[in-house]
Amino acid sequence: MIYADNAATTKMSKTAINAMLPYMDQVYGNPSSLYAFGQESKEAIEDARSRIAGLLNCEPREIIFTSGGSEADNQAIISAARLGEKKGKKHIISSTIEHHAVLHTLNKLKKEGFEVTLIEVEKETGLINPEDVKAAIKPETCLVTIMYANNEIGTIEPISEIGAICKEAGVIFHTDAVQAAGHMKIDVKAENIDMLSVSAHKFHGPKGIGFLYSKKNINLTNIIDGGAQERGKRAGTENIPAIMGMAAAFEEAVNNAEANKAKLLPLRDKLIAGLSEIPHSVINGSIDKRLPGNVNFCFEGIEGESLLLLLDDKGICASSGSACTSGSLDPSHVLLAIGRIHDVAHGSLRLSITEENTEEEIDYIVKATKEVVEYLRNMSPVWRDLISGKREFIL
Amino acid sequence: MALYSEKVMDHFRNPRNVGAIEDADAVGEVGNAKCGDIMKIYMKIEDDTIVDVKFETFGCGSAIASSSMATELIKGKKLSEALTLTNKAVTEALDGLPAHKIHCSVLAEQAIKSALKNYYIKNNIEYDKTVLPDDIECAHCHEEE
Repeated sequence: MIYADNAATTKMSKTAINAMLPYMDQVYGNPSSLYAFGQESKEAIEDARSRIAGLLNCEPREIIFTSGGSEADNQAIISAARLGEKKGKKHIISSTIEHHAVLHTLNKLKKEGFEVTLIEVEKETGLINPEDVKAAIKPETCLVTIMYANNEIGTIEPISEIGAICKEAGVIFHTDAVQAAGHMKIDVKAENIDMLSVSAHKFHGPKGIGFLYSKKNINLTNIIDGGAQERGKRAGTENIPAIMGMAAAFEEAVNNAEANKAKLLPLRDKLIAGLSEIPHSVINGSIDKRLPGNVNFCFEGIEGESLLLLLDDKGICASSGSACTSGSLDPSHVLLAIGRIHDVAHGSLRLSITEENTEEEIDYIVKATKEVVEYLRNMSPVWRDLISGKREFIL
Repeated sequence: MALYSEKVMDHFRNPRNVGAIEDADAVGEVGNAKCGDIMKIYMKIEDDTIVDVKFETFGCGSAIASSSMATELIKGKKLSEALTLTNKAVTEALDGLPAHKIHCSVLAEQAIKSALKNYYIKNNIEYDKTVLPDDIECAHCHEEE
């Protein structure tokens, strides 16, 4: 099997697994317990918190452990909204290509009477122009939430530029860094980030754990009530093994980010070059401002789910933004936002690789994708119309 | 548990009757690229019987499997029999489809009806408009409107 869906989730690293094991059957006390055995657990998670904070250049108390990226996004946005509301500020700025954890939370706030401005991204690249964010800020703006890197097309947004604009305007800046964290160095101070969401399983850590970095002057609103954990901001007994695994994975990932990137870029670019040979195809997202492991293409005349199933038959795990894989009638909102029309957006393929993938695997993926695309085109009435001139090629 | 039944995967991986018939007596096409599925059915008809049938489909796994199964179910049948083919029969023959994929079997039924209507109109044969309405359309495109 060739696993090329690391934007969905990753294999846990041995370092992360080993860091978790002692906290399952040896140091298993409740960190809230008074006795020394419980305090041992407490010390472990506080050490994990410090190490994570050090890697982001923030204070340990500014890290809140959550169940993952979605919870962190929810808590960040709801907290900023509640703070804004108190001052009569009910305007939030975000973008059209955010993850649903952000967009659905914003929809909920809209129903409460918040005004939401979604910045449109540049066609093809998916890049956000920081000037557009600046122009959208109003006296009532209480939050700007823009993702660090996009989960589908891999575009890395100009976060420090947006951070500087928000700082100058005195508006809270949150970034969903689920796809970026562990894949590049992030410095929340230097980049003027007030809040940042992270999920461990995107960088070889365990599933079901993540954290929210939130600047100490921001008063958080609870999403989960019922306990004094996480300074009273997130109730529930801490998932100690997962926290320890996350901290170990994060350290490993951040410390190796540059080396991994150097290994990944030639593989990614070989994959892009290979898939570009397929006629009537197009790459989605920015070429230069792109996550080192992300490849995303649209192939005209075919549909993504059948492409994925046939790639699966050839032992390749990949992903698509077609309607059939999204469970709705519309293809990916991200592909639509960068200007792909429905007909073409249905035929998308996302491959997300890691430093563990080999050149041979890349060659195999290219060969298999070429075969499957050709096979599906040969049974597609859309393709027949395209090649006979009855329908005009879009790509 | 797999997404699809063994039957669906078999018809998806080894679709029966795939292709086009250049001198077809009947052609029907339903769906649109915007929705993500299009099915096109070609038939050769002799003595009121479907002597050959082929399909082309742009769509997901269950759309391809539904087209394949539907063509198998009507091949060699009288037109009157083909007219009674329901999406339920296609779904059952495939050992079921996930709930959000039922529309693929509906599309297959409609593609066949659309081809039969094309044949009746071309040959000035009277047909029942309640069975073959003017606007045979892919229903799921309108579901959420």
